[in-house]
Amino acid sequence: MCGIAALQLRNPSLHPEMGSLLSSMMCQIVDRGPDSAGLAVYDTPGLVSKGTSTLSLLGKDQGLPLGEITESLESLLSPSATPAVRVVGDTTLVSAAVGTDLLVKAVRETLPGSTVIGRGEHVAVMKSVGHPMHIAAEHGLEAMAGSQGLSHTRMATESAVTAGGSHPFSVADDLCLVHNGSFSNHATIRRELKREGVVFDSDNDTEVGARYIASRLQQGDDLETALINLGKVFDGFYTLVVTTADSMAVVRDPIACKPAIIAETEDYVAMASEYRALASLPGIETARIFEPEPGKVYTWSL
Amino acid sequence: MVTLTAPETTTPIATIDLADSPVRDLNQALHEATDGQSWTVANPGGKHSLAVGIDADISVAINGHAGYYAAGMHKTGTVTISGNAGVGLAENIMSGTVHVKGDVSQSAAATGHGGLVVIDGNAGARCGISMKGVDIVVGGNIGHMSAFMAQAGRLVVCGDAGEALGDSVYEARIYVKGSVASLGADCIEKPMKLEHLDELAGLLAAAGRSEDPADFKRYGSARNLYHFSVHNSASY
Repeated sequence: MCGIAALQLRNPSLHPEMGSLLSSMMCQIVDRGPDSAGLAVYDTPGLVSKGTSTLSLLGKDQGLPLGEITESLESLLSPSATPAVRVVGDTTLVSAAVGTDLLVKAVRETLPGSTVIGRGEHVAVMKSVGHPMHIAAEHGLEAMAGSQGLSHTRMATESAVTAGGSHPFSVADDLCLVHNGSFSNHATIRRELKREGVVFDSDNDTEVGARYIASRLQQGDDLETALINLGKVFDGFYTLVVTTADSMAVVRDPIACKPAIIAETEDYVAMASEYRALASLPGIETARIFEPEPGKVYTWSL
Repeated sequence: MVTLTAPETTTPIATIDLADSPVRDLNQALHEATDGQSWTVANPGGKHSLAVGIDADISVAINGHAGYYAAGMHKTGTVTISGNAGVGLAENIMSGTVHVKGDVSQSAAATGHGGLVVIDGNAGARCGISMKGVDIVVGGNIGHMSAFMAQAGRLVVCGDAGEALGDSVYEARIYVKGSVASLGADCIEKPMKLEHLDELAGLLAAAGRSEDPADFKRYGSARNLYHFSVHNSASY
């Protein structure tokens, strides 16, 4: 199994409630994947800010005191980039007023053992091993504001139960992917992407999907086309949710092996593995509720 | 013929609110219920396994959306869901009636042996998979691979059917008013004879629908696959 809950808030007046709404959805999908979990939140004050790049690093302990990390980044970038490092739950967030590529380079130099699990101007990614609601609480999801949120509870099949193998996979600026299912030809596609120079962080099948989408987007595909192309190349079972800075997409494999249900109102688009995760959303009584058709790509933009 | 009119209430209606009570308490209470009772389930919230294994002639109204396997193994009485239902509605239904006023997910009435399942909205993929005698009436569309290996019973679709309808069907009869995206292996269109129009009229009436039986087409088994012939070995 695996559980997915995702929320795009169309009505800005709901932004302060993003975390509490996502948390209420997430606690209904814990049964589907109790071994590890992850979150991606967009435009959350205190985690990201406009005009600065933020990197999410796996783990709270990077092996160096935060002050030393900041000093090193200041000397590698420039003090005017005002690098900042803070720990949120089991995640280290590093931000600076430079492009993400430059920040990634400086972080790799300062912390060669670190794993970047999220990058961009808008998104913060947090993931860990353990009970999903403990992970959400540890990161303070309940109190987070934001424009979009994505959560995943994992029941590992294709690779080990590790924090790095948890979803979301965020491998390009503000791009996140979560997956319920398994890709059966991921090793082949991984080899092909490696030949093109793509570098992987984990053995996870979903990471291959994320790297593939990032590679297609880089080649000029829009999100919808990238997901249509993914359907032609990847074999296996999947319900995928992809988020970018301002959009969300949902696609299921052509035989609809894995569940998905969507609720749409004027105020939000919510997607979950099961209806019970949507049951407590405001206005659900009058929402348009439907299951996405097999093989069809759905996208919504803010 | 089973119909959808609720049985007359002879005992006061009992309500179970799932905002306060666990699903296990609901199912236990329904298993201890006696013939003629009416039960209402409030705040179902998409919970799984609601009203399963009912074997008394009772009427159960679920006011909201149900999760997976609602009204599974239903034996007698009526379950009405005023909302949508998740995967595996009325799985292995034996007899009695299950009525969903909204949409249902995949594998509705899977392996059902008897009884009537009425879905006013759409049904997802694999509706009536391996059905063994149940009657299913869907007001809207059905998804792909519906009536796969359907052995007996009738599937009525007032909307359209998805890909591979009736793949490897045995003796179930399928009636579709709208389009069929594609027929599965060994499923063919068959002539609508008087007996079929009569049968369909009865099913539509039982489901409280007003469609004209003459607007439907009938599909069923070409019987090439289950009588083994070595010439067909490539079809398996």
